[in-house]
Amino acid sequence: MWRRAAVIGPSLSNRLAIAGVHDKGIMSRKLHARRIEGIDKNIWVEFTQLAADYKAVNLGQGFPDFPPPSFIQEAFCKALNGGSPMHQYTRAFGHPNLVKILAKFFSRIVGREIDPMEDILVSVGAYQALFCTFQALIDEGDEVIIVEPFFDCYQPMVKMAGGTAIYVPLKPREGCGPALSSADWVLSPEELASKFSPRTKAIVINTPNNPLGKVYLQEELQVIAELCIKHDVICISDEVYEWLTYDGTKHVKIASLPGMWERTVTIGSAGKTFSATGWKVGWAMGSGHILKHLKTVHQNSVYHCATAAQEAVAVGFQREYDSFGTEDSYFLQLPLLLHEKRLRLADCLKSVGLKPILPQGGYFMIADISKLNINLTDPSTKDELYDYRFVKWLIKEKGLATIPVSAFYSPEHREEFQKYIRFCFVKEDSTLQAAEDILRQWSESK
Amino acid sequence: MASMKHKNAKRIEGLDKNVWVAFTSVAADPSIVNLGQGYPDIPPPSYVKEGLAQAAMVDRLNQYTRGFGHPTLVKALSKVYGKVYDRQLDPFKEILVTVGGYGSLFSAMQALVEEGDEVIIIEPFFDCYVPMVKMAGAKPVFIPLRLKSPTTTSINSADWVLDQEELASKFNSKTKAIIINTPNNPIGKIFSRSELQAIADLCIKHDTLCFSDEVYEWLIYKGHEHEKIATLPGMWDRTITIGSAGKTFSVTGWKLGWSIGPEHLIKHLQTVMQNSLYTCPTPLQEAVGQGLLRDYELMGQPDCYFSSLALELEGKRDRMAAMLRQIGMTPVVPEGGYFMIVDVTALNQDLSHMGGEEPYDYKFVKWMIQEKKLAAIPVTAFVGEDSVKQFEKYIRLCFIKKDSTLDAAEAILKSWNKS
Repeated sequence: MWRRAAVIGPSLSNRLAIAGVHDKGIMSRKLHARRIEGIDKNIWVEFTQLAADYKAVNLGQGFPDFPPPSFIQEAFCKALNGGSPMHQYTRAFGHPNLVKILAKFFSRIVGREIDPMEDILVSVGAYQALFCTFQALIDEGDEVIIVEPFFDCYQPMVKMAGGTAIYVPLKPREGCGPALSSADWVLSPEELASKFSPRTKAIVINTPNNPLGKVYLQEELQVIAELCIKHDVICISDEVYEWLTYDGTKHVKIASLPGMWERTVTIGSAGKTFSATGWKVGWAMGSGHILKHLKTVHQNSVYHCATAAQEAVAVGFQREYDSFGTEDSYFLQLPLLLHEKRLRLADCLKSVGLKPILPQGGYFMIADISKLNINLTDPSTKDELYDYRFVKWLIKEKGLATIPVSAFYSPEHREEFQKYIRFCFVKEDSTLQAAEDILRQWSESK
Repeated sequence: MASMKHKNAKRIEGLDKNVWVAFTSVAADPSIVNLGQGYPDIPPPSYVKEGLAQAAMVDRLNQYTRGFGHPTLVKALSKVYGKVYDRQLDPFKEILVTVGGYGSLFSAMQALVEEGDEVIIIEPFFDCYVPMVKMAGAKPVFIPLRLKSPTTTSINSADWVLDQEELASKFNSKTKAIIINTPNNPIGKIFSRSELQAIADLCIKHDTLCFSDEVYEWLIYKGHEHEKIATLPGMWDRTITIGSAGKTFSVTGWKLGWSIGPEHLIKHLQTVMQNSLYTCPTPLQEAVGQGLLRDYELMGQPDCYFSSLALELEGKRDRMAAMLRQIGMTPVVPEGGYFMIVDVTALNQDLSHMGGEEPYDYKFVKWMIQEKKLAAIPVTAFVGEDSVKQFEKYIRLCFIKKDSTLDAAEAILKSWNKS
């Protein structure tokens, strides 16, 4: 019950002793709060800088290098010319036009009446929705199950909330030969069940998954749902790539399974939905009795999100609501476009000796680099994991940026998964062409 | 089915209530003249809006930018504030862009304050300081501004001061930080150099941090100067100074702000940022950056927006003070900011028919909204329990409103005694 004991009323010199190394400057007391200890490193800060420094062809960070669809850009222009209210505060928990259309849109998909005011919180990107969720629901001592590989922020967010992360891996299915598709990576139901304890507060799933691209089937979600219900656990379902599924794979919302609406927080992203990651508009959706706690965090951290961007996203969703299922729908056009790019990149990677795992969904593809025999002699990276070293070598020597997949594993398991790198294929054909040229040249020179 | 496990985390226990939740929905009724919540109903400068339109047309400006602040913006901030502080500011290490001034306050609190700490808050205060201190696990310690006997017949915000002995008594070895807000919301007080020096002396003596909320820094009225506590000797290394694009350019709905301070403090705020929302919207940051660069060139000249807005608001301030005096209320004329608090005692409004335990100002505002169709905010929303009696005859009005809104308010005030 009691949080770790604070150091109460010691003398200043006592606190200096506890602090250890002091921050520079006039202040002599320990400065930073414990909650941010151990979460200061961040892969994106390091690798985006590196990619920029070497002007690499960037298949690293996940954002499109093509523009958002014109209808959404027009919606934004219209919004910012829409009079003074568009530039002033809107409703803190979500601009009315946006929450109303989100409720309408997703009610149809989830198969239940979603209340725009009670069941939805608009956030600064899906990232902030995740933050609100962990801060709202996780206390010290709570366990949170995270499926590996995972979008890297889940681990530090759980830590910052005082929780303990418990990992369970997706693994290539036994006995099916080389796991060439993300569908071949599965959870073992027994192993998953063993991770639940009386202290388990939540489980985080991400479907389609970053970095693997796995799209969980209904049966797989059912297994997770049953455990959530049995152990009275909350499910945090990160579905930012929900529209990006390929080869006819269906995205299934765990919140729509029996017994799950009342215990699931579903997270979405306008940035990924409309290829406008720089707008930073996201949302959390779920039963009001849970969402109200996320709202409390939100109102005490950022309070409002930018108005005009929310208005534009609302217009975008209205258009998609009206054209849903038709060939006009961006939600159909984008996956069709990416379907091809994905195949193209996979073929190219195969042709140079990398072994890609074809994703069923999402923005990314991982490839096995273990069969390449690269002599990595850069002394500055000698203590790092193999995939980190390889990625840095690839940026510096070949001008191609990717991301090491061990970054998406827990500190405990990182070393077992050093042989994959992640590519983002949501790029212009010219970018993919440039990447192909680099890989081809490299392969020919070997 | 209510589950015990679906209960909220302890850190947000008791933090769900909020004065805005109570009052903004009420004021959304278009028949009510809203002088409550603090946002302009005047348009932002056209070049700022155009800047956004232009930014939105550039493909890469619709995608993620640098997490700690878009390069155009942080460089512009380092230029503008480099001039104001008269010091070289590293745009990448000494500046963090956040979701509004609010986001900067949150980042500072989460980065630097924890259980066992005390944080001094000066009353009246922008209401979010208390829940943020509590969410960080720390204890808020209050000290009120007190009205000293005015030397002239009209009261202004400079008449509200801290008792120096009282202030000193609030500091101890657990005091991690003091939050100051200058110009102050809601009173509009601008802390003078000597007042800031007194606070600085205590910060240095007790090795305390200072969070200086200066979102209204450009809204300074004639005869007054805004002082930055971070420029006092010994203070740069222990101060986080907070600014706001929303207040600077009248675009509260853009929700962009910034923290400026020494690297050894800012780096911790950056850690919070990268683990909470990672990055702020790109096109908005680009537009604010461009706006700042434009006004940087005009700094010190009358058509710099930083000065022209203040000039425009001074007229509205004076007009509002006059209309309130006309019906017997006593306004506290602010030296800065865009709020005015007003003492309603002289109206002798009997509110005994209104039930409930709320302080007088809450009842007065609700009554005024209902009976007079005029909205304000009760000032006790900005004070701790112990100071309620001292402030419950005051309400807060916002005057960054277009003339037609002020006309409508004036009409209501003129006919006050008629109904």
